[in-house]
Amino acid sequence: MKDHRGRPVVAVTGYGMVSSLGQGVADSWKGLTAGRSGIKQISRFPTDKMRTTIAGAIDYLWQDDDTAMDITMRAGILAAEEAIADAAIGTPGDFPGPLFAALPPAEMEWPYRRRLHDNAPAEGRDAYDRMIAAARRENDDYGFRHSLLGFIAEGIHEKIGTKGAPISLTTACASGATAIQLGVEAIRRGETEAAISIGADCSVNPEMMIRFGLLSALSGTNEPPEQVSRPFAKDRDGFVIAEGAAALVLENYDHAVARGAKIHGIIRGIAEKADDFHRTRSKPDGSAIIGAIRNTIEDSGLAPDAIGYVNAHGTSTPENDKMEAMSLEAVFGERMRQVPISSNKSMIGHTLTAAGAIEAIFSIKTIEEGILPPTINYNLPDPAIPFDVVPNVAREAKVDAVLSNSFGFGGQNACLVITGEPA
Amino acid sequence: MAREAWITGIGVVSSLGEGPDVHWAAMAEAEHPSPNVDMEFTPPFGIHPMVPLELDKQIPKKSDQRQMEPWQRLGTYAAGLALSDAGIAGNLDILSHTHAVVAADGGERDVATDTAILDALPGAGNPASLLNERLTNDLRPTLFLAQLPNLVAGNISIVHKVTGSSRTFMGEEVAGASALEIALKRIGAAQGDIFLVGGACLAERKDSVLNCALGGVLWSGPHVPVWERIPKGGGAMLGSVGAFLIVEAREHAEARGARAYARLADVRTDQSRRRPGDVAAKLGRQLDALAPAGETTSVLSAATGVVPATAEERELLGQLIAAGRVDTVRATATMLGAATSATVPAAVGLAALAIARRGFYRPVDGTGFETPKADAPARIAVTSAGMWRGEASALVTAIG
Repeated sequence: MKDHRGRPVVAVTGYGMVSSLGQGVADSWKGLTAGRSGIKQISRFPTDKMRTTIAGAIDYLWQDDDTAMDITMRAGILAAEEAIADAAIGTPGDFPGPLFAALPPAEMEWPYRRRLHDNAPAEGRDAYDRMIAAARRENDDYGFRHSLLGFIAEGIHEKIGTKGAPISLTTACASGATAIQLGVEAIRRGETEAAISIGADCSVNPEMMIRFGLLSALSGTNEPPEQVSRPFAKDRDGFVIAEGAAALVLENYDHAVARGAKIHGIIRGIAEKADDFHRTRSKPDGSAIIGAIRNTIEDSGLAPDAIGYVNAHGTSTPENDKMEAMSLEAVFGERMRQVPISSNKSMIGHTLTAAGAIEAIFSIKTIEEGILPPTINYNLPDPAIPFDVVPNVAREAKVDAVLSNSFGFGGQNACLVITGEPA
Repeated sequence: MAREAWITGIGVVSSLGEGPDVHWAAMAEAEHPSPNVDMEFTPPFGIHPMVPLELDKQIPKKSDQRQMEPWQRLGTYAAGLALSDAGIAGNLDILSHTHAVVAADGGERDVATDTAILDALPGAGNPASLLNERLTNDLRPTLFLAQLPNLVAGNISIVHKVTGSSRTFMGEEVAGASALEIALKRIGAAQGDIFLVGGACLAERKDSVLNCALGGVLWSGPHVPVWERIPKGGGAMLGSVGAFLIVEAREHAEARGARAYARLADVRTDQSRRRPGDVAAKLGRQLDALAPAGETTSVLSAATGVVPATAEERELLGQLIAAGRVDTVRATATMLGAATSATVPAAVGLAALAIARRGFYRPVDGTGFETPKADAPARIAVTSAGMWRGEASALVTAIG
């Protein structure tokens, strides 16, 4: 089957997820549609002297001495294995296609840095001179491997056996959607029948929390944790960092049908548009976000009126939600007041690099199950955003096409249009 | 039939200087090319230091310069060079559909802040609490943005107005090859007409030197050419390089009357587990396609000097020379250093430059493996086996 531009249609035949609501798509979806929050006080490390002390951490995957990279890799592999088993494609350790993985950057973390410095000679111009001297003695490739930006993808690639060089990517908070776009493009080019796109991010550590806080992006509210993420509400005051991973098996539709695979949904349209205005803010006229949404709908071949639900980026920052709403109104006009829109981040927080992939799966589930997940903590409507945000309680609705938005710091905007089985 | 991709802009700045002409003079015209090495920065490991940049030329606003750390400035600067070289700087019509694919390094650390914290922690009653307090007070908000790998791309959009799309790949050397591969394939399938592709590596980063020192992958002591390091335990010398290319559909380049250096004919990437023989096997398979029997191909190797990868690659290339498939080889890292994500974009840029100049680079190799080449190269294969992972090859040919 070809789409309106003569390209192969790209189906989703498998998905997997870990989130603060549970391990697996089923548990995560159950929590999401129950309006449950995965946000709680951080227990992984002491938070005294920190402004923000809550997160959607995946403590059930945490092991002592983990770095963010280790737990991210573990989460990514779990999601990938669930997706591959769901798609019933390939054999364990041998996936028949490439890997596109949206991942956080690699960094040496403080416990390791401190241990290295404590064992270093006392002389030297600065701490790094001293640690370099210690490094020469230790010859410890753990530290080297954990500094490589390709480290996490390498682990996932070797575990699930994807083909070719894995691509690790980041477009900040749009990364998960970008990973899906790369997979869709590869299948549309006809160079592979299948690809696996992953978004994984488990970066809850002290420095990451403090850095995001310095950008004034995080909510400074900590109590009660489950009520802090309030997308589209008038009293929203920042996002809540969270962890998660999602994997989607993308497959040429004809290939999937020929092998009798279950088709969860179709990635019908993809597009991006970069913003040139500011490192953390959108152009005041919303033109880059509007461009990304319009290009995506155009790529899907659908009319804007066909979009029946918007899975919002909806971070709960004053800025994002305002700009997203304004841009959607620019694209959909008056009709936007009737199109339901909700933010998964009200419950699972902002999973950063993973968000676009997690929310793509929830978008597919929305179509498959006929249930709109709610925007919780919506008690004080923002008059500037007069939308149906599916407030606080999930509801049943038949949806044929979903627009999923992802916008990142650095001006990277990526959107997806997802539909059900074409038949 | 896939559409052809041409290289119509080269932005390169390194320890040798700025721009294609300077690199050609230093590496092809100089009778005895000599690398620029700094042994004082992190002894005993030398680095190839970046030449001073006149930032105002490519990043005119001081406010933009202040929002970046040196690594991001280098990438943003080199991207501007490429856009200027291709004649599209400031052309908002073209820039609005130009797609950036950036191969990024990680963000740099603030050495002074880390030093102050590390010095304070051992005496603290509650180290975890002190760490939280110091990070909260001492980290600059701009530093975090400067540490995000995707903010080179973000700054390229802001400073140079490249707004078609912006993607950032991570993964050292092979990420640079993947960025070129994706651009080439998207052009071939009409998923885009014009791409800005490249990366930046700043060697003047003690955090990077530390990471590599932990892995034991650095060459210690005075500089020697890459191939000469093999019998002496091997090792890489980090080099500062900013390298961006404009890769453009032939139709798009012709329509705007662009001058092209060469054609980017093929890019292949793979990632083995680095068991013995893996590097030779992967590169060998790629070169079976890129440097087939019946053609004479010259090779610009981006070998890092780290063994056994560089030793395996040298052995393979030696066999291809003996078989008459490759005429000669140059190791780019001898002059530029190992430049992580900028490695492959730089080598492909140098290959395109050599094709356009109808000449080749001087041998810099005491082992005699690199031999003089008098005639113009028709095909240049770039090879890259990363320090730790990733095997990639690219083919650059004359426009026919």
